[in-house]
Amino acid sequence: MTGRPIVVVGGGQAGLQAALSLREHGFEGRLDVVCAESEAPYDRPPLSKRFLAGTAGTDDLTLRAPAFLDDRRISLVQDTHAVAVDRADASVALSSGGSLPYDRLILATGSTPRHLPVPGSAHPAVRVLRTVDDATRLRTKLQPGSRVVVIGAGFTGLEVSATARGLGCEVTVVEALDRVIARALSRPVSEHLLRLHRENGVRILFGRQVTALDGVPREAAVEVLLADGTRLPADVVVVGVGVRPETALAETAGLDVADGVVVDEHLRTGDPRIHAIGDCARFPDPAGTGSLRLESVQNATDQGKYVAAFLMGADAPGYTAVPWFWTDQYAAKLQIAGLTTGHDRCETDGDPASGRFSVRCYQGGRLLGVESVNRPADHIKARRELAALRAPAAAAAAAV
Amino acid sequence: MATVTYRQPDGTVTVLDVPAGSTVMRGALTNGVEGIEGECGGDGICATCHVYVDHSPVPLPEIDENEGELLDCTSSPRKPNSRLSCQLPVTEELDSLVVTLPATQV
Repeated sequence: MTGRPIVVVGGGQAGLQAALSLREHGFEGRLDVVCAESEAPYDRPPLSKRFLAGTAGTDDLTLRAPAFLDDRRISLVQDTHAVAVDRADASVALSSGGSLPYDRLILATGSTPRHLPVPGSAHPAVRVLRTVDDATRLRTKLQPGSRVVVIGAGFTGLEVSATARGLGCEVTVVEALDRVIARALSRPVSEHLLRLHRENGVRILFGRQVTALDGVPREAAVEVLLADGTRLPADVVVVGVGVRPETALAETAGLDVADGVVVDEHLRTGDPRIHAIGDCARFPDPAGTGSLRLESVQNATDQGKYVAAFLMGADAPGYTAVPWFWTDQYAAKLQIAGLTTGHDRCETDGDPASGRFSVRCYQGGRLLGVESVNRPADHIKARRELAALRAPAAAAAAAV
Repeated sequence: MATVTYRQPDGTVTVLDVPAGSTVMRGALTNGVEGIEGECGGDGICATCHVYVDHSPVPLPEIDENEGELLDCTSSPRKPNSRLSCQLPVTEELDSLVVTLPATQV
C-alpha cells in the first residue's frame, strides 16, 4: 500500500488534508490532488469575513506553500475537473484529456451553492459566495451606500451581512423561516444574533418568499420581488440558501448517492478502493442511528486525517470526531460543539445581554451540543466533554 | 519579512522568513512546521496554535480577553510566555523571534 498511486479529487480542506496526512503516515507512492479551481488549496472561512472586508488578501488564504507541497511530492493538478471514474481500469479521466491511475481514490469534491429556482436568478447582480473568485467579484460591489439584499439568514448570509455593514452598505436580509440560522441554532443564540444584526442596522424580513428577480440584463441594479408584493431594489443580491453536495462524479461511477456520497464508518463507498470525505460525504452518525453530511472545516480536516490513517493502518475503528463550527459576526464569536439540531431542552449559562453566554442543548437528557458566544473556554471544554461521551460507545464498537 | 525560529520540544529547529502582514501561526502552517494545527485558520477560536515565546526583539501585542480565555484551556500547560501564534502579526521589527512549540495542541 505504500508505493501505489493515490488520487484525491478535490483541492479543498478535505482533499489537501488527506494528502498531507498520507505523507505524514509514510505513504511514498504517487499522490495527485485534482483541483477544479486555478487557485492552490486555500482557506474558505475568511471569504465572507476578512477577505471580503479587504483586510486579508489571497496570500493570507494559502493553506500550504507550493514549495512545501513540492517537497512532500504532492502534485496539484490545477484548473482541472475529474470527469469520469473507470472503476474496472482504476483510473480517473480528466477534463484536460489525460487520466490518472489509482490504487485508492479519495473523493473530496465538496459542495456548490444552491441557486434560487425563480425567474431572473441569472441576472449578473445576483451572486453566490463559495470561491475566492466569487468573493473577489462580490467585494467590488460592496461600496458605501450600496444596496445589498441577502437571501437566506444562514451562516454565509449573516456573515456577508455583517461584513457589508462594516463596509457601509445598506443591508436587507430575506428569510423564509421565522428566525436566523433556524435549522442549526437554539432559540437564545438565534435571537442574540438577530439583535446584533438589528443593532448594527441590518433589516431582516422573516417568513418571506422570493418569487422573482426583476432587472434589465445590461443594467447593474435588480429588484427582488417577494410573494407579499414587496419589491426590494438592490445593487447586488447575495444568495445564501445552502449548498448541495458535488456528487456527479460518484453518480456516474455508479456509487451510492443520497444527498451525498454514501460511505460507511470508515468513510468508504460501496467500492472498497474509493473513499469520500468532507462536504460531499454522507456518513453514519457516530452519536446516533442515522447518517450525517456536514459542511465545515472541522469535518473536512478530521475526515481527511481519518481516511489517511485508515488507508495506512487498515483496521482502525470507525470515524467518531465531534463536530464543531464557528462564525464571527461583529464582535460576536459564536462557537458550536456537537450538533444541537433536534434538542428538546436548553440551559443558558450567562446573560445574553452581556454578550458572553453559552447554551447547552439536550435531547432526552443527553447532551447534544453547546453553543457559546464569546465564551471560548466553554467551547473547548464542551468539545472534550462530548468526545468523552462518545469514547465509551467507540470503545464498545471496537470491542465487537 | 522577519526571520522566525520555531523550536520543537525535541530540539529540532526550523528557521523561516515570514512575510510582514502574515502571522507566526500562518508562517508555520503554510510551511508545514509540525506542532501547529491552526484548525480555525487564525480566527482565535480553537487554541491549536499555542506557542511559548522564548525571545522577542520587541514587546508583543497584549493578550486580549478571548486569547487569555483560550490560553487557559490549551492542551499543553499555559506558562507566562504562552501565546496563540495566530494573534502574533509578523512585522519587520519582529525579526529574530524565537518560539518553542508545545508537546501537544489538541
